Amino acid sequence: MLRSWWKILAFILLMYTCTMGFLVEIPKLDDRLQHSIRNMFFHVPMWFGMMILYIISVVYAIKYLKKPDPLYDSKSLEFARTGTIFGILGLITGAIWANYQWGQPWSGDPKQNGSLIAILIYLAYFVLRGSMNDDDKKARLGAVYNIFAFFMLFPTIWILPRLTESLHPGGQGSEGNPGINGGDLAPSMRIVFWPAVIGWTLLGVWMTTLRIRLRTLQNKLING
Amino acid sequence: MDKLKKIAGVIALCILTMTANAQETELGDVMTSNGKIYVVMAVVVTIVIGLFLYLLSLDKKISKMEKKS
Repeated sequence: MLRSWWKILAFILLMYTCTMGFLVEIPKLDDRLQHSIRNMFFHVPMWFGMMILYIISVVYAIKYLKKPDPLYDSKSLEFARTGTIFGILGLITGAIWANYQWGQPWSGDPKQNGSLIAILIYLAYFVLRGSMNDDDKKARLGAVYNIFAFFMLFPTIWILPRLTESLHPGGQGSEGNPGINGGDLAPSMRIVFWPAVIGWTLLGVWMTTLRIRLRTLQNKLING
Repeated sequence: MDKLKKIAGVIALCILTMTANAQETELGDVMTSNGKIYVVMAVVVTIVIGLFLYLLSLDKKISKMEKKS
């Protein structure tokens, strides 16, 4: 029970997000976004979650290259998998929002294109792994490719979308972060936004640990 | 499994009482106010609770398998 405190924390944070996310006071400004700005608590945390899960994945990939422990490989693979699921959910929820905010689900916005490319690069990681039968080779090449895929996140979602005009906040001509502009976010929304990010990410971590444990059990069954 | 059934029973009871009272009581007033946004909130909360229960049952199942092997 003590060791799973963070699972309880995830539940509490997400319950807070899913209630306060609908109740919290939102700023009116020019009222173009209306209540759809509440997507900040659901759509944006998917991307934060994806990035955090990909960071954990690349850390385990590097660890595997230093010391070839199959557990590191399992962790690296499963964190990348959950990260990709979060990314795909981010794309879909973004398209739903964009349909009503920008008039069409896909406007070829630099941020949309960039994140799609980043996710496709990660999908190739699973294809690459699936194409090999030898477990050591699979793990080693997978780890190397994982590092490449991670560093492709820098241009595709962190640099290029900021250099061109974008429908997202933070493109060319506006200051700051393409996803959110820390100081710009209303204080009332900030107290829901960050718990939402942590809550959704912890949910992703929980899902990942289940898959890692299942994989370890599977390996035991096959080898022992 | 028995525990899960109990939890499911409690949730079912909550929902039943909510729907039974929804028409006349204050809860009904709250739920239909503000463009019925609270109805969406109730739906989202139910889905997230359901997902967590599912994850919890998976977690327990895997823990059992780990103990056996």
